[in-house]
Amino acid sequence: MAAPRRRTKAPSDTVSSNTAPQASPEELLRYYRDMLLIRRFEEKSGQLYGMGLIGGFCHLYIGQEAVVVGIQAALKDGDSVITSYRDHGHMLACGMDPKGVMAELTGRRGGYSKGKGGSMHMFSREKAFFGGHGIVGAQVPLGTGLAFAHKYSGDGGVCTCYLGDGAVNQGQVYESFNMAALWKLPVIYIIENNKYAMGTAQERASAGELHQRGASYGIPGHQVNGMNVLDVKAAADEWVPWVREGNGPVILELKTYRYRGHSMSDPAKYRTKEEVEKMRTESDPIDQMKKLLLDSGIADEDKLKEIDREVKAVVSEAAEFAQQSPEPDPSELWTDVLIES
Amino acid sequence: MPIEVLMPALSPTMTEGKLAKWLKKEGDAVKSGDVLAEIETDKATMEVEAVDEGRVGKLLVAEGTDNVAVNTPIAILLEEGESEVTNLSTAEESTPKTAARPAVQGEAPAASTLPAAADAGGPAAPPPSEEDRFFDRTVKKTVREALRDAMAEEMRRDPKVFLMGEEVAQYQGAYKVSQNLLQEFGPERVIDTPITEHGFAGLGVGAAFKGLRPIVEFMTFNFAMQAIDQIINSAAKTLYMSGGQMGCPIVFRGPNGAAARVAAQHSQDYASWYAHCPGLKVVAPYSASDFKGLMKAAIRDPNPVIFLENEILYGHSFDVPESEDFIVPIGRAKVLRRGRDVTIVAYSLMVAHALAAAETLAGEGIEAEVIDLRTIRPLDVHTIVESVKKTNRLVSVEEGWPVCGIGSELAALMMEHAFDHLDAPVVRVHGVDVPMPYAANLEKLALPQPENIVAAAKQVCYR
Repeated sequence: MAAPRRRTKAPSDTVSSNTAPQASPEELLRYYRDMLLIRRFEEKSGQLYGMGLIGGFCHLYIGQEAVVVGIQAALKDGDSVITSYRDHGHMLACGMDPKGVMAELTGRRGGYSKGKGGSMHMFSREKAFFGGHGIVGAQVPLGTGLAFAHKYSGDGGVCTCYLGDGAVNQGQVYESFNMAALWKLPVIYIIENNKYAMGTAQERASAGELHQRGASYGIPGHQVNGMNVLDVKAAADEWVPWVREGNGPVILELKTYRYRGHSMSDPAKYRTKEEVEKMRTESDPIDQMKKLLLDSGIADEDKLKEIDREVKAVVSEAAEFAQQSPEPDPSELWTDVLIES
Repeated sequence: MPIEVLMPALSPTMTEGKLAKWLKKEGDAVKSGDVLAEIETDKATMEVEAVDEGRVGKLLVAEGTDNVAVNTPIAILLEEGESEVTNLSTAEESTPKTAARPAVQGEAPAASTLPAAADAGGPAAPPPSEEDRFFDRTVKKTVREALRDAMAEEMRRDPKVFLMGEEVAQYQGAYKVSQNLLQEFGPERVIDTPITEHGFAGLGVGAAFKGLRPIVEFMTFNFAMQAIDQIINSAAKTLYMSGGQMGCPIVFRGPNGAAARVAAQHSQDYASWYAHCPGLKVVAPYSASDFKGLMKAAIRDPNPVIFLENEILYGHSFDVPESEDFIVPIGRAKVLRRGRDVTIVAYSLMVAHALAAAETLAGEGIEAEVIDLRTIRPLDVHTIVESVKKTNRLVSVEEGWPVCGIGSELAALMMEHAFDHLDAPVVRVHGVDVPMPYAANLEKLALPQPENIVAAAKQVCYR
């Protein structure tokens, strides 16, 4: 095995890095802005849902922003991304147009799937974002297949495959771990552990530690503080190149938290208000970054307000577009079932 | 400007709810994320959070009010610096958000089971084919060899094509279909998988999303039930769900239906299961030439194709065109025997029984027209209807169960497209509606036999 010894930590090791590599001021400002964009976008989504403009299921990413922003910051062009149905944040972090994402939420023709996919099913071949999948755990074999394609074509790319703490108990996840390890596929499995699989707390559903779930396949696994974007970025910087070098898959368990319910219709009675409030006040990823920016003098209040305004404008524009874009033409009912050969 | 807080929709089906409790009172400061009120839906009590910052100017709906419609203004929020609600009446009148739901654009299409294009002038003609011209030079081949040759030719032609499945490489295929492919193409393109159908089916679909052209072999389609979520929810639906972005050029292949004496869990015909699903093409050939020509078409097709083989047919020999350019388009049935008295439609191994039955019937003065469907989806309705216009009678034959089967579909299609041409009700010959028994005599009773087809043909001919 070609792994450098210092990197092949025992899977029980915890990376809780306060030794994050120095990020440039520009990078720090970008992480702040990207996380804030997701936060404001999701708040707007919740609002539009409440107004009946967004239908069906809608799973908000509020609280988990540091995960996707930190991981994506370590990727290169050509790397592929796949996740489950809590996917709005991932799409924004991949650089997809907020207008197209929001218009898909409202089911309009300007949406990424022309209004035919909705919140849970969106894609962008251009941004190498492969969905947006509604069946818990199904994105794991699919993401493993994306990694297979990277290796088969020798393009040097990796796949980041996101899954939740609920999905880790699906059998197909282990079928995927086995093949990925067996064939040394370039895939980073990112378990976004927000502590609750819908209403079931992790300890009521999952035996053992989630980052150790690949241990018997020889897949290194690490736990990372998912509420701090620099910790996330540091873990990704350490392991993404290792995967890219052909050493096989890795599992990163990002300890995170969602402030809202599982979906819009979840009253979230399975946890206390105090628990949510404690996370919001003590561990919020955006507040942490704001403090860092102010304390280090990289930005002052005016600069942050300027970012806030810019983000708010982007989200307002997206919401406006999502309401103005027409519904799909009725003829679209019949299109995209098959590719005409 | 004052902001109206509207009664929110808190679930996909909520149209109204009870405003159970206000947690803010008039004059209170509010910031984004603060809980404003509790609302009871039919399912749960939910909290409503503020989206905007400001101060509560007025509560418009008293707590305890039942049946508050979604989008009804329930409170007025004042922004920084705004004084009392000076122009509440204006605020109440200008309720732009209640009208936010868009008007339906254009007319909804009429509910119909058929695409508009298929309605007028009868069912659409099948895709054109030049397959016949290749039969001037043929060679005898088994179905097994024809399948192997088709895969090998396409793998030589396109480096994106690869084969994966259980025992496809070193073992040379559980049924020896992939013989010598490992030797020619190497382990990067002929890949032995663990016994992990759900996993490798999904892996194949992911690779296809990224532009590869996987051939995924199931040792038998019975085991594909482990993988059916990936086949339907991922392979078949993603093109539609992505607005046409995510094509999935993949072939799922393997033996389907009853073999011999392997009992219920290993003997099942899945044609109607997959044919039910938009986004898939489903192929079930009979002759070695069709196996070869359709396998080549399936591999080149940009869509997911379910390729149903048959273990008993693997060893049967047929004339197969020598040319590597021979290809059979998906979606075209084939008339194997001409006749004027009754149309018999079958697919896969049942075509052999249908031909045998036609021979018997001919001895009794009944000329049966035998159609090999070859493709189950999209079904070549045109060819069947043209035949029924001539014979005015239809017998369908399938190995699968009768309920919601291929025969049921054919009967419905004849009602829609050939009702005036029928001189007798459509008769279905099918597997008996029980799990497949093991005992030799019971198994034979459970499967359609030529004599069942003969009897059905006589029945529709009133003989």
